Amino acid sequence: MNIDKKIADDLVANDISFVTTVPCKQLAGVIEEIDARDDIFHIPSNKEDEGMGLCAGAFMGGKRPAIIMQNTAIGVTINTLATLIQYYRMPLPMIISYRGELREPVACQVEMAVHTKALLAQLNIPTYHFHWQKDVEEFDNILKYTFMCNKPVAILTDANFWGGYGDQ
Amino acid sequence: MIRSEILKDIAPIIRDHLVVCNIGIPSQELHAIDDQPTNFYMLGTMGLASSIGLGLALAQPKPVIAIDGDGSVLTNLGTLPTIANNVADNYILMIIDNGSYGSTGDQPTYAGKKTRLEKVAEACGCENVVTCQGEDTGKVLQAALASGKMTVIVVKCDSGNARHPVITMDPVVIRDRFMKAVQA
Repeated sequence: MNIDKKIADDLVANDISFVTTVPCKQLAGVIEEIDARDDIFHIPSNKEDEGMGLCAGAFMGGKRPAIIMQNTAIGVTINTLATLIQYYRMPLPMIISYRGELREPVACQVEMAVHTKALLAQLNIPTYHFHWQKDVEEFDNILKYTFMCNKPVAILTDANFWGGYGDQ
Repeated sequence: MIRSEILKDIAPIIRDHLVVCNIGIPSQELHAIDDQPTNFYMLGTMGLASSIGLGLALAQPKPVIAIDGDGSVLTNLGTLPTIANNVADNYILMIIDNGSYGSTGDQPTYAGKKTRLEKVAEACGCENVVTCQGEDTGKVLQAALASGKMTVIVVKCDSGNARHPVITMDPVVIRDRFMKAVQA
């Protein structure tokens, strides 16, 4: 299975046409796939809170948005999640590379990994963790759930899911 | 001329357009001067008015005016390259540059010292950057709307705030009536 293609296909099938990204090596393939899709407007952000602002505007303009970012961004975006996305009750699928998990080669990444799920839980953000490739089968349902409940929803995708980081 | 006087001046121009208004006193002033369903008031999240405005402009065809401040743009300087590289000709970013953080007690910003946001915007690649004095805002804004080109307007004015109550409207109500106005 091509995970990158499956994720982009599910985004399109759920009418998500506005995607902002802040890159991660693990996400390079899916970002490239999204950039190549004619039915998705891809707008890279310089910082993840900026990206959430873009997504909020696009949602109010009638487009379904999504953001693709690293888990380090949870540290950057807590205020934006609480006072913009949640406060105004907006849907936002967050496809997150979960750095600092199994098969991670960079020790510093673990420092935010150990806080990631706790922070998401503190924010009452529904959180899914993709560890095996087959976990991507739930992606379509997660997107439907996100736009049903108008909440930010986190999909953590670790190195094992992407086939390893640096050892693939 | 201070921001609230500028907002009073331009209220008849902006009331027919989609407006994303900066957090704090700017939103309180606009709300008190001319509350409209076409106004999206930011109640939190300093710095993101320009990003929300750009996302809105890229997603639909109606003109969008983001009313931002120098302090808030400095908080989210990364917004200017994103705006420059994703041109939306229905988008006007109006930065009311009074050289101070008005909502927090008028502490000076770097834009009131050596930093020139109009030059930053140009260096980021923004193609239509207009600087004006507060008194000329209406004229410049109308010209930008008529041009059909994405424009960044930097309005130079004095520091100071009008006294208005905080906005007590529920955020979901603000968002819902705004989305209905977008679709109307």
